[in-house]
Amino acid sequence: MDKEAFLQKLRQGLAGLPEEDIAERLLFYSEMIDDRKEDGITEQQAVDEIGSAEDVIAQIMSEIPLPRLVMERVKPKRTLRIWEIVLLVLGFPVWLPLLLSLAAVVLSAYVVIWAAALSLWAVDLSAAGFSVSLVVYAAVFIAKSSFLQGLAFFGAGLAFAGAAILLFIGCGYATKGLFVLTKEIIIKIKLSFVKRVK
Amino acid sequence: MDIQLKRGLLDVCVLAAIKDKETYGYQIIKDVKPFIEMSESTLYTILKRLETAGMLKVRTAEHGGRLRKYYKITGQGLRKIEEFKREWKEIMSVYRFVTKEDEANG
Repeated sequence: MDKEAFLQKLRQGLAGLPEEDIAERLLFYSEMIDDRKEDGITEQQAVDEIGSAEDVIAQIMSEIPLPRLVMERVKPKRTLRIWEIVLLVLGFPVWLPLLLSLAAVVLSAYVVIWAAALSLWAVDLSAAGFSVSLVVYAAVFIAKSSFLQGLAFFGAGLAFAGAAILLFIGCGYATKGLFVLTKEIIIKIKLSFVKRVK
Repeated sequence: MDIQLKRGLLDVCVLAAIKDKETYGYQIIKDVKPFIEMSESTLYTILKRLETAGMLKVRTAEHGGRLRKYYKITGQGLRKIEEFKREWKEIMSVYRFVTKEDEANG
């Protein structure tokens, strides 16, 4: 891809950001490509070194706070007429609950994801707790009554301890996975604010 | 590496790259490359952040028939580097304490 095509792609991907912000970033990448060319490589190679336009767009999006994207999206492109302002004010009982419910949906999606992670850890913790109490039980049995019964409890305790350790590792991976997932979802949401249907 | 830690290190790396002379974006990337990985978009964000914090000044100048931005450190930027050095002296002494046993064991 040559420089023009790369910058064009960036411009399309970033549409929706403040215009001066886009212009500044395009200048920055243009300068980066020109400086690489000056170092003695071809334009093609210079663009390749910067990386794919999609990756660059995704990284820029991940760094810009979501509220700023939303603000830019809902900001009217011209000054509002009087009757539009009157309608906005009168329509307040309609759009405010809609806005609040949208925020609530996003929030609950978050809560669901993290509750899933939390419940996994809770299962692990209870398995660990159960194994400890089984071992204590086993000690009591061995001391007070039946050795064999105590041994059986001890074995069960060890089994639960093993399960708890395996679960612990699994929980670690699951939490990490969920973390990556939420990050990707946020980038998707951000991109949805930026992509304009033509 | 921890994200927060890497962010702080990147800031200081960029400041160090512009400490002795006014320089431009690609030169900064080349200067820090042997020490820490930094993509263009990361550099852009860092330069913005440092400019907002008053740690560097930006100037646009003509170079070879096109425009190029040059970055220059401010007194505040220099103070940030000094602060970093002081902090890391402490961290290094903790590091030596932590690794003392490793060395003794071979």
